[in-house]
Amino acid sequence: MMLEAKNVHKRFNGAEVLRGIDLQVEKGDVVAILGPSGSGKTTFLRCLNFLERADEGELVFEGVHYPMATATRQQIAQLRKKTAFVFQNYNLFLNKTVLQNVTLGLTVAGKMKKAEAKEIAIAALTRVGMAGKLDSYPSQLSGGQQQRVAIARGLASSPDIIFFDEPTSALDPELIGEVLAIMRELAREGMTMLVVTHEMDFARNVSNRVMFMEGGRVIESGPSGQFFSAPKEERSREFIRTILRQE
Amino acid sequence: MNDRLWNVIVDSFPKLLEYGLKATIPLTILSFALALVIAVAVALIQYAQVKPLLPVCRFYIWLIRGTPLLVQLYVVFYVLPEIGILLDAFPVAVIVFGFNEGAYMAETIRGSLESVSVGQMEAGYCVGLNYMQTMAHIVLPQAFRTAFPALSNSLISMLKGTSLASTITVREMLTEAKIINGRVLETGGLYVEVAVIYLAFCTLLTWLQHVLERRLARHGGTVK
Ligand SMILES: Nc1ncnc2c1ncn2[C@@H]1O[C@H](COP(=O)(O)OP(=O)(O)OP(=O)(O)O)[C@@H](O)[C@H]1O
Ligand SMILES: [Mg+2]
Repeated sequence: MMLEAKNVHKRFNGAEVLRGIDLQVEKGDVVAILGPSGSGKTTFLRCLNFLERADEGELVFEGVHYPMATATRQQIAQLRKKTAFVFQNYNLFLNKTVLQNVTLGLTVAGKMKKAEAKEIAIAALTRVGMAGKLDSYPSQLSGGQQQRVAIARGLASSPDIIFFDEPTSALDPELIGEVLAIMRELAREGMTMLVVTHEMDFARNVSNRVMFMEGGRVIESGPSGQFFSAPKEERSREFIRTILRQE
Repeated sequence: MNDRLWNVIVDSFPKLLEYGLKATIPLTILSFALALVIAVAVALIQYAQVKPLLPVCRFYIWLIRGTPLLVQLYVVFYVLPEIGILLDAFPVAVIVFGFNEGAYMAETIRGSLESVSVGQMEAGYCVGLNYMQTMAHIVLPQAFRTAFPALSNSLISMLKGTSLASTITVREMLTEAKIINGRVLETGGLYVEVAVIYLAFCTLLTWLQHVLERRLARHGGTVK
């Protein structure tokens, strides 16, 4: 088991948003986290990277235990070294060039030499097809390009798992494909990924597992083929029906 | 214009410019540097919610914003000696101007810090930076860029404000004009001359501001 989250609880000013989430991720898994708006998908993902502090829960990552409510700054830093996070709205550093966006973590946090970091950054940017824009600033890029740079920024630190929070929801429809293509390629190369998404095509054909959430609970989780062809829960069936109708 | 007035203006120009350059400008630069240090410190304390220091900052801003600059000058200049602290007029002016403008600039910088989206901070954490590193590399540079126009305004208004130092015996440009005026009894004309020199200084600063703003915009495009 690469990552295991147990009994994750989170409240926002009294309102319970996560009511005991469990998740197990094997190396190489691509898990699609599905669910209606407000079901707690983003909150759960953010808790796994300690961007949000869970009130209760246990995280085991690569054999190391992290008490989610009380993990120390050092523990969190150690976890983040091995993970990457891709945001819905990219969150590229606006005052940095494309190249600097990717090297910053390596040189400042990783104390790596500039030249070495640049080499790694260019390799990562090449993977996402953005090596031709090294000196551009985020404001000069399209949303799709920004998200590809954000993925390269995540890849640069060679994480063992990447968390994606609706990586294509902020994109114009014609730009979604270029980002999904990169994620599909990462999946093919064996990258472990946790993807909150509304892209049913991705969930069905790229992810190998699905976790379906509603109201802060896991309603159903299992192999994605089975989830889409033979969902066990009535709520899952309804959700799939609504989504398919929208598509 | 009569010849006598013209002669007075021409004769006094080197002296006035001299005091502009050797008093008004240094007074402005020193006061602004002090204001900037205070403002960044106060803004960071408020932004990072350093609990024990928050009331101090709030008190400071309340005090400065609630009293006139001229009165602050008088209070410090005339009250400090009475409690045994003897300072020259020039350092008193620097301290008062610095603390005064610092309060306004603190608000400017705090607003700019808060306008940087939390996502920038979170992205910094996710690539492994700690709080200090994220502040230094991401948040502060972006906030500074946002604050730049307002800080430039502060600098310009401070330059003009230093003329108040003439009321506490600091020998700067306006003081010099008063002295010459007393000697030649040419009321009016000399003050127009002083105004023109201030105008020239401010025009220069405004031009500098535009040049720097263009350069900042090139490095990082527009910050949303
Ligand atoms: N910082 C916050 N403060 C208060 N409430 C919050 C906060 N973040 C999320 N919530 C609430 O928690 C619930 C779950 O939010 P979350 O963003 O995790 O849902 P989601 O499943 O990601 O939804 P969506 O599909 O719309 O992104 C929502 O009711 C939301 O209003
Ligand atoms: Mg969400």
